[in-house]
Amino acid sequence: MAIGRNRWLPHVVLLIGVAIFAFPIYLAFVGSSHDASTIARGDMPLTIGPHLIENYQQALVSPVGMRVRATPALTMMRNSLYMALAIVVGKIAISLLSAFAVVFFEFPGRMFFFWMIFITLMLPVEVRMIPTYAVVSNLGMVDTFAGLTIPLIASATATLLFRQHFLTIPDELVDASQIDGAGAMRFFWSVLLPLSRNNVAALFVIMFIYGWNQYLWPLIVTTGRGRETIVIGIVRMIGTGEAQTDWQLIMAVAMLALVPPVAIIILMQRWFVKGLVDAEK
Amino acid sequence: MRRRTIFRNKLLPYLLLTPQLAITIIFFFYPAAQALYQSMLFEDPFGLRTQFVWFENFQTVLSSPLYLEAARVTLVFSVAVTLGAMAPALLLAVMADQVLRGATGYRTLIVWPYAIAPAVAAVLMLFIFHPTIGQIGQGLRALGVPWDYRIHGGQALFLVIFVSAWKQVSYNFLFFLAGLQSIPKTIVEAAAIDGASPTRRFWRVIFPLLSPTTFFLLVVNIIYAFFDTFGVIHAQTQGGPGRATTTLMYRLYRDGWVNLDLGGSSAQSVLLMAAVIGLTVIQFRYIERRVHY
Repeated sequence: MAIGRNRWLPHVVLLIGVAIFAFPIYLAFVGSSHDASTIARGDMPLTIGPHLIENYQQALVSPVGMRVRATPALTMMRNSLYMALAIVVGKIAISLLSAFAVVFFEFPGRMFFFWMIFITLMLPVEVRMIPTYAVVSNLGMVDTFAGLTIPLIASATATLLFRQHFLTIPDELVDASQIDGAGAMRFFWSVLLPLSRNNVAALFVIMFIYGWNQYLWPLIVTTGRGRETIVIGIVRMIGTGEAQTDWQLIMAVAMLALVPPVAIIILMQRWFVKGLVDAEK
Repeated sequence: MRRRTIFRNKLLPYLLLTPQLAITIIFFFYPAAQALYQSMLFEDPFGLRTQFVWFENFQTVLSSPLYLEAARVTLVFSVAVTLGAMAPALLLAVMADQVLRGATGYRTLIVWPYAIAPAVAAVLMLFIFHPTIGQIGQGLRALGVPWDYRIHGGQALFLVIFVSAWKQVSYNFLFFLAGLQSIPKTIVEAAAIDGASPTRRFWRVIFPLLSPTTFFLLVVNIIYAFFDTFGVIHAQTQGGPGRATTTLMYRLYRDGWVNLDLGGSSAQSVLLMAAVIGLTVIQFRYIERRVHY
């Protein structure tokens, strides 16, 4: 492919792209290292300021500035982490079980149930927000951890991915374990789960990011500040976006909100790419 | 696809399916049915009396100037976000595909914005585009642009489009790169030997072979622009100034959640559901057709 092509042009274009992505994050980081008045005057320099550690300490423990009073970022990060983990573990667990049922058993209604799960691909939580809220409210689950997470657990993506993977497992393996006297659940635990480790890791990355970044559903279903996730909290902090606000704290919280999912995507990149590309096939 | 060997339990498969089916029925099918049912009800402002009105809510919604305005904003918004997220991604992917060494490194450097929540990206960009304290906002004003997205509707729309597209480039980049890497090099080299220029090779050979990926991404990006960008709009402009950034999704949120218009918002939900289902069906039909070539 590299026939008489400019050798450095791709690098230049790619580096410009990288810079466009990195620049806003760098500015936010710089913003989190100055004091409120430097930023409000509008003469924030492009270099790291002297208040970095102090701002993050304040953001983590008590983000109360002159204009902003927010939940400590530690609490919000814990809430986000619990929500994301509950969604991830829930999705993976129920999808493993249902994909196992659809692939390894023959029973009346098998295809019907499969389509029932499949069709949920088409309804993002946003379009059914209000009726779903009504259900959650009738069940008395508004502003509870269960109400926050369970409606986000059901999704077809994970089931479809596991189904695809299970279909590639050779019949001989099933035969062999049946001859060895293993029942269905034994096969599930001792053969199928160990063979699905890569898919579980891939889904973990995608679903963790999906969970951590949820916005609309937590916004309407959590009312108390104790359950606030960091993505909701950061938007509440900016209010109407005035110049005279504690931007240094807001930027510190924004950095704290984006570091966990970004770290996961970079550290687990191999599984992330695999999961993303497989899941959407 | 069927297996030869299966397990012969009568009850077990149903037990295995129960958790997912229970959640799906309670939190998907029942609410969707409710939305369909409520979209045909009329409730008086005090919530004392409801009446079955068939398709009147749909008529009201579809003839409401506010809704049509939101539909127009959504059209501009989603076309701009889709183009703005796909074109740079394709350019970057083509470039990364040509880099012999370090392609994985670039992938790492480009992929991570996918992990940022739309609402958090919105807050970061607010800080940068703020007319008095933001670096770019100040820069624009220094150049003589009367930049203030809180007053000028067009600028607000530009800002939410920019942020939404910025965040989605990395996703498209991954898929374009995977698509490009699956094109056999021999085909491209054959075109080169036939004397086709790099530009011609791209548009005549590579781009058509990439069309399944492009079409898939088109649908995904439209759905992203419809729904996932709610956080961007809610955090940056709250649909304003005026209604300049009120998309259909934001309209639904306003009418259903803030104004508590049950029938009208249910009708809006149903219309959006129909749009998503339509897009998904088109996608599946198209992809099935493309499988044969």
